[in-house]
Amino acid sequence: MKKFATLFGVALMAGTALMSVKASAGDELTITSWGGAYQAAQRKSAFEPYIALGNKITEAEYNGEIAKIRAMVEAKAVTWDVISVDSQTILAGCAEGIFETLDWGKLGLDRNNFLGADVTDCGLPTDLYSTVVAYDTTKTQAPANLFEALFDTTKYPGKRALQKNPYMNLEWALMADGVAPADVYKVLGTDEGVDRAFKKLDTIKADVIWWESGAQGPQLLADGQVVFASSWNGRFYNAIKTDNKPFQIIWDHQAPDTEFWAITKGTPKLEEAYRFVSFGGQPKQQAEQANNIPYGPSNKDAMALVNPDILPHLPTAPDNVKTAFYADQQFWGDKGDELRERFNAWLAQ
Amino acid sequence: MSTAQALPHDGVMRAADGTPLKIALARAERRERLKALGLVAPLFLFIVLSFVVPILVMLYNSVYDPDVAENMPRTSIALKQWDGKELPSEEVFAAFVADMKDAQANKQVAMIGKRLNYEMSGIRSKVIATGRKVGALEQGPYRDAVIAIDKVWGNPDTWATLKRSSSDYTPFYILSMLDLRQGADGSIEQVPADRAIYKDILIRTLGISLLVTLMTLILGYPVAYLLATSPQKTASILMMFVLLPFWTSLLVRTTAWMVLMQDGGIFAQLLHLTGITWLLNMLGAIDGEPQLFKTRFATVVAMTHIQLPFTLLPIYSVMKTISPNYMRAAKSLGGKPFYCFLRVYMPQTMAGVAAGCLLTFILCLGYYITPALVGGPTDQMISGFIERAINSENNWGKASALGVILLTATLILYYVYNKLVGIDRMKLG
Repeated sequence: MKKFATLFGVALMAGTALMSVKASAGDELTITSWGGAYQAAQRKSAFEPYIALGNKITEAEYNGEIAKIRAMVEAKAVTWDVISVDSQTILAGCAEGIFETLDWGKLGLDRNNFLGADVTDCGLPTDLYSTVVAYDTTKTQAPANLFEALFDTTKYPGKRALQKNPYMNLEWALMADGVAPADVYKVLGTDEGVDRAFKKLDTIKADVIWWESGAQGPQLLADGQVVFASSWNGRFYNAIKTDNKPFQIIWDHQAPDTEFWAITKGTPKLEEAYRFVSFGGQPKQQAEQANNIPYGPSNKDAMALVNPDILPHLPTAPDNVKTAFYADQQFWGDKGDELRERFNAWLAQ
Repeated sequence: MSTAQALPHDGVMRAADGTPLKIALARAERRERLKALGLVAPLFLFIVLSFVVPILVMLYNSVYDPDVAENMPRTSIALKQWDGKELPSEEVFAAFVADMKDAQANKQVAMIGKRLNYEMSGIRSKVIATGRKVGALEQGPYRDAVIAIDKVWGNPDTWATLKRSSSDYTPFYILSMLDLRQGADGSIEQVPADRAIYKDILIRTLGISLLVTLMTLILGYPVAYLLATSPQKTASILMMFVLLPFWTSLLVRTTAWMVLMQDGGIFAQLLHLTGITWLLNMLGAIDGEPQLFKTRFATVVAMTHIQLPFTLLPIYSVMKTISPNYMRAAKSLGGKPFYCFLRVYMPQTMAGVAAGCLLTFILCLGYYITPALVGGPTDQMISGFIERAINSENNWGKASALGVILLTATLILYYVYNKLVGIDRMKLG
């Protein structure tokens, strides 16, 4: 009965997904990613060249919800064959068995040649992106550091746009509250530590607009709705380069993370999925993606092919990486669900 | 020989072909009934499939809970004997290890972890880790070996939770949507304050719906009166103003409110230009620019705008049927206009008011997209949480339980409303 209900729900969700991507034929590989500037870069660097080789692709979008992937796999109704996932999702999903364990021999790629490939058996690393905060230089004075920007509402009155997700918001709150970066997860691992992080977030709760899809952060900033917005560095870069927005990224305590291609467990198009992931891992594709959005390529051979103008905008550029905070992705893979639930309850209170 | 002579003279009325009239009539009626049934059948089937069955599935899902019972059959049986006081016996642990090995092979460990995590926050990752390590345990005694994997298995509360969730049916989802839970000893207790949100959400949903219903009535009633009593030409122009927004998509209207209400938007500028912002600052009501976007105020305003025609139109159509002669008669008997309106006209419109208000109230209870777009996190209504339970938590039990709570609250209100107003008195026109 529950299976039936889940199936029913997945059918509904699949129905809406189908409608949103218009025509989706049964024989096409469905690739799901994060929409916006990122998916546009993937389209240009991987999807379109892949289609040019005579393959068919249907694109879908999501906001990183692991539950949607779980629901598909549990109901044995997989409609997303290849998914672009962040580290915590690949770690949680790999442990739960909702992603295929990758056969690197079948991919025809050398695992040692990929930065971050040792973290998981289920994903092919594509790039290194970062969660950052930015502001509009024409409206806001440069803050001394990230924590002043986010938490000093006297010096910087106005709203902040943050992701509707505890990831990095809790870490930033703890660090702003005086926890040393090295101790963040020791503190966050205890109930008192979580309470402490939420207490700090309470101080700006009334000043936050929560965003769900990556394009919203830069948009809210462009509309003048917020003084500071968090998003991924490529989204701000895109707003600066393409839309000529006077934005400045605060690289202080940026949170770099690796993105992966993962194949959904139980996909009926396993062979095609492997073929695409292998294609997406090629140096040429990864370099071309970096030329379109400044995320560092994971394939070590790709770096040499990246346009030198892009290099200073990568999260790993020497000027940007000084105070970078490397989030404990295993912590989030294990505790993500629990903290998201607590976060949602906190939001609703 | 005539036909009549061939028939027996028993006093029974017969049709031309000799069948008794009663039977012939019944046959003809049955044919008609079947025909009518045939016409109704598609709609009936549609309602059953799209309305009755999903509601039944929802009711069932809110208590059905097979994840642990299906995936840990041996442990579930072994735990039945356990008294719940001390740690379970070696037998239970042996059953647990066997079940976990199977679950690991079938990739069901995450399901068990997910289910237990609803009741014991943080146990999910421990269950998954145990699933990975349990394969190394070749033979007993298992008890200490399992506790060595993770000390959570040395806690009787863990086993109490496992025992509670090992039956096919559970009150867990319904209880937790009322901010209640079963303690380790089975007694019902309040959940900690940092997680108790659902009672507030239900009250908030009812409160916003009630407020919006009242607002639409206050705004809609005079307009309906104007429409019903104006000359035809004026009335049809006025009617267009009511209907045009009514025909516009809900999403479009909500988005329009986003644009109007945003910081520095048209509304804020208007308040600034008219000096209201300055006045409010002087009075100390606000500090700086007024906050409109992502507030309860914006939610109620947008919902009122969207719901206005639903309240107005039934009132209008009832008002159209009221003969002006009643008011004339009342006035000719010496009643003051306001008194006549109050005692003669208004009571006759109550049927429309009742219908319009009920329609708006029940539609408001299910609002999801408008609060999500123009409201803040503390303005979200119950439907928003149902959506989240399904889309971002994949928790069908929770979503069903929230649905059941909403359905029950609606039915109770409907019952009270019926007692107070009387559904049979309602008129849509």
